[in-house]
Amino acid sequence: MDLQFWFTQVLNGVTLASLLFLVASGFTLIFGLMRISNLTHGVLYLLGGYLSLTIVRNGGSFLVGTVAAAVSMAVLGVLLERFLLRQLRGQSLSEVLLTVGAGFIIADFCLMMWGGDPLTIPTPDVISGSVELFGVTYPRFRIVTFVVAAGLGVGLWFLQYNTRLGAIVRAGVNDAEMVSALGINLPLVLTGVFGLGAAMAGLAGSMGGSFLSLYRGADRDILLWGLVVVIVGGMGSLEGAVVGSLLVGLVDAFAKALVPDLAYFTQFGPMVIVLAIAPRGLFGRRQ
Amino acid sequence: MKWVKIGLAVVIVAFLIAAPHVLSSFYLRVVTEILIYGALAMAVNILSGYTGLAPFGQAGIFGVAAYAVGYLIVKVPEPQPIWITAPAGIMMSVIVSVIFGAVAIRTTDIYFLLITLAEGMIVWGLAYRWASITGAENGLRGIDRPAIVADFQTYYYVVLVVMALVAYGIYRVVNSPFGLTLKGIREGERRMQALGYNVPLHKFVAFVIAGFFSGVIGVVYVYYNEFVSPATVDFARSAEELIMVILGGSGTFWGPLVGATIITSVKHQVSLYTDRWLMILGGIYVLTILVAPHGLLRGAGHLWERVTGRGVEEKGGLLKEREGAVAETGEEVVRVR
Repeated sequence: MDLQFWFTQVLNGVTLASLLFLVASGFTLIFGLMRISNLTHGVLYLLGGYLSLTIVRNGGSFLVGTVAAAVSMAVLGVLLERFLLRQLRGQSLSEVLLTVGAGFIIADFCLMMWGGDPLTIPTPDVISGSVELFGVTYPRFRIVTFVVAAGLGVGLWFLQYNTRLGAIVRAGVNDAEMVSALGINLPLVLTGVFGLGAAMAGLAGSMGGSFLSLYRGADRDILLWGLVVVIVGGMGSLEGAVVGSLLVGLVDAFAKALVPDLAYFTQFGPMVIVLAIAPRGLFGRRQ
Repeated sequence: MKWVKIGLAVVIVAFLIAAPHVLSSFYLRVVTEILIYGALAMAVNILSGYTGLAPFGQAGIFGVAAYAVGYLIVKVPEPQPIWITAPAGIMMSVIVSVIFGAVAIRTTDIYFLLITLAEGMIVWGLAYRWASITGAENGLRGIDRPAIVADFQTYYYVVLVVMALVAYGIYRVVNSPFGLTLKGIREGERRMQALGYNVPLHKFVAFVIAGFFSGVIGVVYVYYNEFVSPATVDFARSAEELIMVILGGSGTFWGPLVGATIITSVKHQVSLYTDRWLMILGGIYVLTILVAPHGLLRGAGHLWERVTGRGVEEKGGLLKEREGAVAETGEEVVRVR
């Protein structure tokens, strides 16, 4: 176990964390910030990934596929929020079960259209192959995922804390009445934010379709990862999503390398420990 | 209304007793599953209906008992008899619910939902990957029933009796002073705290009681199914139990059974005709939430009220029950919000 081994594991952890962040940031936006209990995130990821795959297979570029996945999932998310979820605001159990039901429909649709076997989205040469990084040969796409996640993370941060829109959303979560009284169309803004979260899921699906693969049940695996990250990090917190994904990603990478037999426990290890100390997660806010 | 109810009860009991003699084995299986999942939904209802905490991982706790029984029969050198496997299975469910409960009851609402969901998925994950114990995706096969009830027609009566006992047990729990305190917590946690109740302890005990019943049902289930696999502990199973509770009427005693009857029958019937039953099930979820969020029992109660022009004597209405619940705790009449 020399330095290279450790470096490779750190890279594995950080790049997995990048993908997890792409999933969890949209999840935490909808779940924590807007307090909508949305369990369609996993199927939006899967459907987005499959759409991107279909586009790439029909001659579109990976970039086009990814953007199309994000945009179409945003549209689907907006429709979901506008026509189904809006009337259930505040009833978390109803929201959960409705989104579980919608998730069944979408997952079954995916199964019908693309079958259940693992499919991987082919990537163009520019972002595939491998790179030499401090003496370690590493898949280029994983590095690309990291760059994308970092870029989007910064973008979301900026959006949330440095724009008028971010201020409206944060204020709207705390005092919806007052924000509406200021003449702001809050439902419209919230629908937009929901769409943004759904777009993140679609984008993550396209990235994940190359990084991992798309298969029957991938929606559930991804939802679980997202849940763990968000529970560890604290709901609604972008910082929490970053720290949570890094923690979960690194622990998973090292566990797989060092104690492969226990790898499954270690996915939840951080969650159980964090919950025992801080039930609302590392960056969770008091209600 | 009273005579209608008694008549209905007599018909249902007579049907359940005669079932093995009048139904084909396919439909007898449907009835058996209704009983099993209905009882499980009743256990879920202790938490979601009476305590106001919706557990999203109850299938995990139920499945632990099933896996424990399976392990003691298939994975050990000598298959263990039922008087060892059954208590061991129930014990495992109780232990797991003690652990899960201790973590989950510290939170409420979305957090509780998420954490129990994650807990249920831990069980699912272990079932899927811990091959030496659980047989991974192949599950545990060859869990034979004890010789005396090996015949399915005979075993059906075991299911019927145990599920009746479980229902009676749950009835006693939710109608005890303890159960009324749970309802008080559902309606106003802070008030109950102010009245001097140990709210976390009550929630924890409710969680473990639900876990105990789930364990009993899990044991009965695994001997019925003679097979256990990750699908048993899937989160879709947990979600289905919750939708049964809601469809029937959350917080009503018989509601979960009504919900279980509808969901289970539709599922089996639809799967005869199409592979796309998951889509149809999803549609039922969406419709339930949009059309009957308070459940069919309450809906029927309101309908009865409208038709006859008089109130339902028993706990039909949502509001009526809510006020009653708090008033009956005996401390002080606390108005609901």
